[in-house]
Amino acid sequence: MSSATTTEASHSPVEGGHGHGQHAPFLAHHFDTPAHQFDSAKLGMWIFIATEILMFGGLFVAYGLFRGQETEMFHQAHERLDKIMGAVNTVVLLFSSLTAALAVRQSQVGDRKGTTRWLIVTLLCACIFLVVKFFEYQHKFHDGLLPGHYFTAHLAQHAHHGHVLPYRAHMFFALYFMMTGLHGVHVLIGMGVLSWALKRNLDGKISSRYFTPIEIGALYWHLVDLVWIYLFPLLYLVG
Amino acid sequence: MATEVEHAADPHGGIDPNENYLIAGKGIWSWLSTLDHKRIGVMYLISVILAFFLGGMFALLIRLELLTPGRTIMGAATYNRVFTLHGAIMVFLFIIPSIPAAMGNFVLPIMVGAKDVAFPRLNLMSFYIYVIGAIFCLFSIVSGAVDTGWTFYTPYSTTSSSSVVSMTLGVFILGFSSILTGLNFIVTIHKLRAPGLHWRRLPLFVWGMYATSVIQVLATPVLAITLALLAMEKVLGLGIFDASLGGDPVLFQHFFWFYSHPAVYIMIVPGMAIVSELFATFSRRAVFGYFAIAMSSLGLALLGFLVWGHHMFTSGQSEFATMVFSGLTMLVAIPSGVKVFNWTATLYKGSIWLTTPMLYALSFLVLFTIGGLTGLFLGTLSVDIHLHDTYFVVAHFHYVMMGGTVMGFLGGLLYWWPKITGKLYNEPAAKVSWAFIFVGFNAVFIAQFIMGSRGMPRRYYDYVPEFRPYHAFSTYGSWVLAVGFFILAGVLIQSLLKGAKSPPNPWGSAGFEWNTSSPPIFSNFAETPVITRGPYDYHEATEEELFDGFPEDFKKTVS
Repeated sequence: MSSATTTEASHSPVEGGHGHGQHAPFLAHHFDTPAHQFDSAKLGMWIFIATEILMFGGLFVAYGLFRGQETEMFHQAHERLDKIMGAVNTVVLLFSSLTAALAVRQSQVGDRKGTTRWLIVTLLCACIFLVVKFFEYQHKFHDGLLPGHYFTAHLAQHAHHGHVLPYRAHMFFALYFMMTGLHGVHVLIGMGVLSWALKRNLDGKISSRYFTPIEIGALYWHLVDLVWIYLFPLLYLVG
Repeated sequence: MATEVEHAADPHGGIDPNENYLIAGKGIWSWLSTLDHKRIGVMYLISVILAFFLGGMFALLIRLELLTPGRTIMGAATYNRVFTLHGAIMVFLFIIPSIPAAMGNFVLPIMVGAKDVAFPRLNLMSFYIYVIGAIFCLFSIVSGAVDTGWTFYTPYSTTSSSSVVSMTLGVFILGFSSILTGLNFIVTIHKLRAPGLHWRRLPLFVWGMYATSVIQVLATPVLAITLALLAMEKVLGLGIFDASLGGDPVLFQHFFWFYSHPAVYIMIVPGMAIVSELFATFSRRAVFGYFAIAMSSLGLALLGFLVWGHHMFTSGQSEFATMVFSGLTMLVAIPSGVKVFNWTATLYKGSIWLTTPMLYALSFLVLFTIGGLTGLFLGTLSVDIHLHDTYFVVAHFHYVMMGGTVMGFLGGLLYWWPKITGKLYNEPAAKVSWAFIFVGFNAVFIAQFIMGSRGMPRRYYDYVPEFRPYHAFSTYGSWVLAVGFFILAGVLIQSLLKGAKSPPNPWGSAGFEWNTSSPPIFSNFAETPVITRGPYDYHEATEEELFDGFPEDFKKTVS
């Protein structure tokens, strides 16, 4: 990064253990150098991502179990999902991962305007994703494709092309809503994280020497995207 | 570029880093908004002690009810709530956060030579998450409570009208506090070690906290999703655990125990970590088999994820699964055995100083061994068929959790008390409290091993008259135990109000944390230490490190 000027003098033990007023304002007092702080932040975010994977993992296990038991029903039920909308969402999220990475790149080279631009595009993509999801959910409500006791798609009024689903299909939609719902919550959390990063950028706190919020925010966003990459084929492309 | 090097705002927010942490920054707001790991540790300590007393009160109520068959002081529905709350409070509000959050937070950064944990703000946030989770749990208690047992098994938990959702929500939130603490510790240990502190010089407490943190980070998210599914099942009728809807109630048990078995290692490994420190200091020598103990902590962390099915031998899971889980359960005893043998070997030819913390460490050694060995009975399939859901199980886990972890917690509390408060406590009185606790504890739970093996089921409100003497003995024991804790509370309060000032290293320990003042200054060290020896290298430690500030009559003559 930048040349070692007075900003990196923090390793010398002066009173209190570091040179006051000599290190950069973003450097916390318990870290030796900005690189030290950055590495720690990244390790922290990777560990957090591991916890998220374990959490979604429980749902994937439940999915695997029930799909193994009711393979035919899963195949039937998933036909009621809109593959086009799912595909659009997949492309939108993949694109948003790209723009998030571009935002990181721009922050690394000190381009504040570029960072802002790409972060906003990423957030817009997230909004598009949620809007599409909203319409999908609306269709499900309309067609009685809901979990548990709320499932009514086995009734004649919800026949699709002359066929009704068996009542057992509620299990598929239970998993569908749990998995996409939890993912949607994480999209919202990701948007919050990226908005926080954006705010720090707009406040002038981000530079080529300190772009940690952008980096770890984008890293989290990549996880949100990755989970969807698994959800999409499992739910929309069965068989 | 030069404009970015503006004069930094005071990074400590107006606090003098060389001042004693207890007085650096005044007023209640300076505590509630602190980023200092030591103050956060103290706030956690107060919280878990309060939780312990609340859970303990429920325990006394259980034992009082069971003094006689039939109704003693409460009806059956109330009794179901009381034992559920005892379990839930003790597990989630006390024991899981106890050593990591209350003591790890305080001692770990100092032990690795750091000024704080890696993410101080995350640390404070994890404390507030704990408080919010606790509030949800307390709300559940006053709004009808829960009667499902702390394990929340379906289908009862999904159909019970008790306040399951608010309790599970509370536990869900508490889980995040646990995860964030673990995350913080892992990054701290990896990234904030002082120069010269390579992995093989780490104190065993740090190795233990590292293993615990790995478990916390990997297992707790599974609890989170399990509880979320349970809540959704109740609220939306999801059907995933409901047999009438094609779901599987035993699936809940698999999900639940996939977290809760590793959780018991979150409970015991920190206790073992403390005990390693206590044996080193009070035998005045290096722990025998340092690297084996360090690796055995990691071994427990790994193997702990593979044995969850041993809680479910009678649930109807396949024979093949039961055999595999039973075999693996036998394996998980090995790392524990390694530790017990190594600690015993540490005592041999050590210079034993029988302080109260050492008494707790020795108690741990004996009681954890009993608890661990009885775990083998339970892990043996054919025997477990008879012992499952009896008092034998209850006695087993109390021996490991209380005879183990709580003894470790109390030993650590007294050991680090001078470091945390800067005061000494009354040793003879503390020994008296230990005696009551030790005798009371064994009285409560030995009787339970016996009646469990004779068929007394757990969680039962009523029982046949043949078990009455065992229940009575156990209840009298609970009163002795309670007296012990009240005496201990008195000892600690007296120390806070009137205790003698402690020297920096009252135990003459070679541990790194004793190389700071008691209590430490805000930034822990005047300058970042450079580590040139191990934490148990008594032959390399200087006179000053070991005996600085000892009043002559307090100085222990050691060889």
